[in-house]
Amino acid sequence: MWTFLLRAILQRLVLLVVISIIAFSIVHLAPGEPSEVDPNNPRMKPEDIARIRAAFHLDEPLYLQYTYWLRDLATGELKSFKDSQPVLPKIWQRFLNSLPLFICATLIVWSLSFPTGIQAAIQRGSPFDRTTTFVAYALISIPGFFLSYLAIQWVVDVFNVPVIGMRTFGMENAQPVFRWMDRLWHLVVPSLMSAIAGIAILSRYVRSQMLEVVRQDYVRTARAKGLPEDAVIYRHALRNALLPFVTMFGFLLPGLIGGSVIFEQIFAWPGLGRLGYEAILARDFPVILTINFVAATLTLVGTLVSDVLYAVVDPRIRLQ
Amino acid sequence: MAELTHTAIFTAETDLPKPETPLQEAWRIFQKDRLALSGLLVLGLLVALAVAGKVLTEWIIIFDPATVRLPDKFLPPFSGVSANLIPSLDQPLFGIYLLGTDELGRDVFARMLQGSFVSLSIGFIAVGISVTIGIILGGLSGFYGNVKLGFISVDTLIMRFTDIMLCFPTFFLILTVVALLPPSIYNIMIVIGLTSWMATARFVRAEFLALREQDFVVAAQALGLPESRIIFRHMVPNAIAPVLVSATIGVAGAILTESGLSFLGFGVQPPDATWGNILANGRGFIFDAPWLFFIPGVAIFVVVLAFNLVGEGLREAMNPRLRSR
Repeated sequence: MWTFLLRAILQRLVLLVVISIIAFSIVHLAPGEPSEVDPNNPRMKPEDIARIRAAFHLDEPLYLQYTYWLRDLATGELKSFKDSQPVLPKIWQRFLNSLPLFICATLIVWSLSFPTGIQAAIQRGSPFDRTTTFVAYALISIPGFFLSYLAIQWVVDVFNVPVIGMRTFGMENAQPVFRWMDRLWHLVVPSLMSAIAGIAILSRYVRSQMLEVVRQDYVRTARAKGLPEDAVIYRHALRNALLPFVTMFGFLLPGLIGGSVIFEQIFAWPGLGRLGYEAILARDFPVILTINFVAATLTLVGTLVSDVLYAVVDPRIRLQ
Repeated sequence: MAELTHTAIFTAETDLPKPETPLQEAWRIFQKDRLALSGLLVLGLLVALAVAGKVLTEWIIIFDPATVRLPDKFLPPFSGVSANLIPSLDQPLFGIYLLGTDELGRDVFARMLQGSFVSLSIGFIAVGISVTIGIILGGLSGFYGNVKLGFISVDTLIMRFTDIMLCFPTFFLILTVVALLPPSIYNIMIVIGLTSWMATARFVRAEFLALREQDFVVAAQALGLPESRIIFRHMVPNAIAPVLVSATIGVAGAILTESGLSFLGFGVQPPDATWGNILANGRGFIFDAPWLFFIPGVAIFVVVLAFNLVGEGLREAMNPRLRSR
């Protein structure tokens, strides 16, 4: 167990270094530099550009820039190119903003897709199964921002509540109850929108997993010895069908950043995805790289946790 | 039907129908799925539309997507042209804007026609790239997995690289690269292709690992066939089914990704029209000119849905467990 953990962590550290090198080369080898964001500004003289490049170490060879970045990241002194704010606190604050959105969306996804998926698998070929299949495909086929715009328009028209941003401007001094209700309204619509694709995909996955398990011999045995159908499905089949979802845990976390760019942009949510988008617009290399690095770290931690969890829930698997 | 063919083999009767090929069998199962069949119909129409769009908007210009007619801004669908204000050369066919006009008085129908070709080619080329990379890497890893390169085996090397690629937040990576590179439609295709091959590589590797042990491959090796022939004639056709399914669904994903990029302002740049950037552009006029928003939105929805349904139908049709039912 401990040797497994140690080896897994070492492997992941190596991966992390390789990932950071790849991310670094992608960002730096692409044409365009922070000093060229505003090339038409007549007040930018060549010597100014040279000074900016020197200040950001952009005039030095790439491997030196990489070590500078790594050193600054490790000591926590990494500064954004755009506003010279330290990068890590900035990312942390945006991460805290994204977190409620992410948790809420994940809860919606998991609590909706499991019942539908299981039900669809049990009644395979029934109208319910065919309807949910079609709805699932419809949901992943709609461009997310198209649906979000329709949803915003509908919510504002029907309920007359604002849903853009994290809270309504000017509500800071209201009663706590109203403040919380306001926060909740602002949270529900974006998390529902970012959950939609997840619901569709996960419910399909639950269905196929369940179908796979229902065909197994031990389920037939359970039926043959006369157990009630509910016990067969929920005690014998479902518990085995749930196993692979533990591994999905690891791939949930990167969605926190990648999937949220569009939705945070639509709903003006000051989260991590939006920070990344702003950083890309401003060619803010330290922020882009660090977000990528954080995402990769989260993924690697997630896969490690899911490996360990898998061994915990499935006694057939031993970590060596 | 399938039972019939089995008895045919066992009783060795000569005048019974030939056993059907796997392709015919897959097609028979595919046909039973109404949704997938209608999806295929939509895709057939779409391809025809896209080719027609390419021909009619670029080679024989009957619908001109770029003509700006400022007097005819924001006309709803099916409205006629203001004949006295627009020179006759710039007028649309039959003097009617089938799908209305946008904020510059451009014909939305012409733009959608042009966009159908661009959107579709983004989907196909991006998926072509990702499938090619996936098959090559997955195949190498599955077939030559045990070959050592110094201290590391080919399989470990390729699969670690796949793991690394899976660690990147894909959309963020695409966005970063597309935003940093000069805007070009080819960059978008290539970047989407380069960031989405991981699933294909894993499928192909798993299939190859299983196939490598099968008797027909061992027999082919015993016959002394060259490795390239074993791989491309005997193994790849047997491993292609899951790749085909994920490719079909991948085209749908690529079209959606392009529309997402367009929304953020990094999609295909004007004057090229894609459904994604018509939609992204139309969001500003959702109240004043809703057709600019709904027409491309619904078009993308229908086409992506068709791709997904066809992919699902293929998956069912090619699943060996569901055969002979």
